Amino acid sequence: MLATYELTTGQKRFIWHHLLVAMVALAIGTLFGPLQAFEHSGLDLYKYLDPVIKSYYQGLTLHGVLNALIWTTFFITGFITLTTIKGLNRPLSHPKLNQTGFWMMVVGLLTAAVPILLDQATVLYTFYPPLQASWAFYVGLTLVVVGSWVEGWGFYLTFYQWRKENPGVRSPFITFAGLVTMVLWQFATLGVAVEILTMLLPAALGLIEGTDPELARTYFWFTGHPLVYFWLLPAYISWYGMLPKQAGGKLFSDSLARLAFWLFLLLSVPVGFHHQFVDPGIPQTWKAIHAILTFGVFFPSMMTAFTVIASLEYAGRKRGGTGLVGWIRALPWNDPSVASQLLAGILFIFGGIGGLTNASYEVNAVIHNTTWVPGHFHLTVASAVTLSFMGISYWLVPHLKGKKLYSAKLGVIQAWTWFIGMLIFSNAMHVLGLLGAPRRTPLGEALYVPAEWEGHLLRVAIGGAILFVSAILYFWNIYKTVRNPETAEVEVPIAESREDPQNTPAWLDSWKPWLIATVLLIIVGYGPQLYFMIRDISLTSPGLRLW
Amino acid sequence: MSEKLHIDKYEKNWMLISITILIVFAVAVLVAGFALGFQLPGVSDRVDPRTVSQAGPFADPGLREVSPGHYEAYIVARAWSFVPREIEVPVGSTVTFYITSTDVQHGFKLQNTNVNVMVVPGQVSTLSHTFDDSGSYDFVCTEYCGSGHAAMFGTLTVVP
Repeated sequence: MLATYELTTGQKRFIWHHLLVAMVALAIGTLFGPLQAFEHSGLDLYKYLDPVIKSYYQGLTLHGVLNALIWTTFFITGFITLTTIKGLNRPLSHPKLNQTGFWMMVVGLLTAAVPILLDQATVLYTFYPPLQASWAFYVGLTLVVVGSWVEGWGFYLTFYQWRKENPGVRSPFITFAGLVTMVLWQFATLGVAVEILTMLLPAALGLIEGTDPELARTYFWFTGHPLVYFWLLPAYISWYGMLPKQAGGKLFSDSLARLAFWLFLLLSVPVGFHHQFVDPGIPQTWKAIHAILTFGVFFPSMMTAFTVIASLEYAGRKRGGTGLVGWIRALPWNDPSVASQLLAGILFIFGGIGGLTNASYEVNAVIHNTTWVPGHFHLTVASAVTLSFMGISYWLVPHLKGKKLYSAKLGVIQAWTWFIGMLIFSNAMHVLGLLGAPRRTPLGEALYVPAEWEGHLLRVAIGGAILFVSAILYFWNIYKTVRNPETAEVEVPIAESREDPQNTPAWLDSWKPWLIATVLLIIVGYGPQLYFMIRDISLTSPGLRLW
Repeated sequence: MSEKLHIDKYEKNWMLISITILIVFAVAVLVAGFALGFQLPGVSDRVDPRTVSQAGPFADPGLREVSPGHYEAYIVARAWSFVPREIEVPVGSTVTFYITSTDVQHGFKLQNTNVNVMVVPGQVSTLSHTFDDSGSYDFVCTEYCGSGHAAMFGTLTVVP
């Protein structure tokens, strides 16, 4: 092993600032979760918030934007800063560039926050036109995205410098995987960038008379599906590249871990029509092609399931676990970081199965735009991703701040309460969806709610309450850790591979063929239909503010 | 440069199982989607949401009988109601829905059926359904469309 590069105080502070913004966003966004859940059971607390928050929908916008877009993007860019530096054992080559990117993201967040808080952007986190938010909302979101691109360029330049000095050496897995995540993000966000810059922002500024909503949806979902892999892959980086070390084992296969990441890059964009199965204006054939490609992108997740579980079994047996399941008990469940990520992985199994349902051409018609969908993505982004990120922060915050984690026991309790709350909440949401309950709807006031939904709506509220308690435990533990008088030196857990990465085939550490294939597949998967939709664009839907 | 991709025996089996499962699913989805009469909306005529309710079939939304047992239902979605709000058809009828929006995006989900479409201004969402069972079916708006979204629904009654 090479001598490892230790982060400087400045670098630690820089990454910590990403986490701080992320966690403040999550704290505020999470406040609205129980309000929505309680509303479903008939207890509307929003009316008491009237001077500040005007409606359920404004709360839902805050919940979605802060949790799904801000918490994730800031945490992930901070985390990839770490995986770049620690993997390559060198500082960022252009730290000023990364700082510029970070501050662009912060300015963007503040710019978007003002209209959201003033109830001038109550358009939810999908901001479908012709509902029209204040121009500042679109400018703010654009700055957040472009800022993250700039940080990404900083990572690429750092890697490029390392590569020049280390030809033929396999790139360290965590750095490689972080870079793939960033590249995927930059391909993905082209859709929403074009949507905002060519339609939504000009319309909000009065430069064009309206938008083409179906084309806007198509741009949005070009971004929308790979977006979920942008959220998920950093959790996978930890599951593949860190969790085995924390559990006392090794990464089962370096080669197949890389292959999985390449397949995610290749396949995650040209699948977006599976979010538009029930849309008018898109031919059934294209919907079916994207349905099949979506099954394709499920394959690397199946590979991940094998490799991660095999790595954990290796660790469990090394720790003395025996028998078919004894190795599971032997894992360090008393480590809050490990417990969080194991429970996140279990919830993700259910999330993955539900995802296949959503992607199935006809079954989707049963659950489209029902509460099944938020039930599903609370298992993915709010569990597989968020609970893993919480788990990562149980060592990352102590590492960055040089403090001892306030309470490991509290952390384990937090992970379990999240797990139990989410099982109750998401199961109720899935069942309600099958019964026909629409998503994004204050069901407590809807007039068409039949009696058979009521027990499930109550379970939504109970699950939401448990999740809220769990969130409070998390933030309390982090706050007390930052303020902890007890210092500690906490290492970044980096798992070794069972095999020497140098034996990984060169084509699995070579960017050019995969980038070319990705671009070609995007052109094939989206080019023809986008061409026709852009050719036939009609900007006939003037912006409306109906809240 | 001559390293071979080494795959563990168990992992190879797992990958083969995964691929088999996914192929079976894909075939099932295609057969059910294209050979068993299932429908999704596709490309149909574009309309101008600003004028669509002034002339043409959406100027007078409602149910029309095109032949015995076959109906066309023209429905306009707007904030925050469907026009018409009440629809009544005899049991055994086949209804082809034509739905558009004059303002923002809406959803149209007819409960307890597979009729579930997005309603997008500028587009017409089209789908047919045969009602074999009598009863009352609510259609609800499933996309956020502003502050009155939760109040937006109607009822289709299938009479014996």
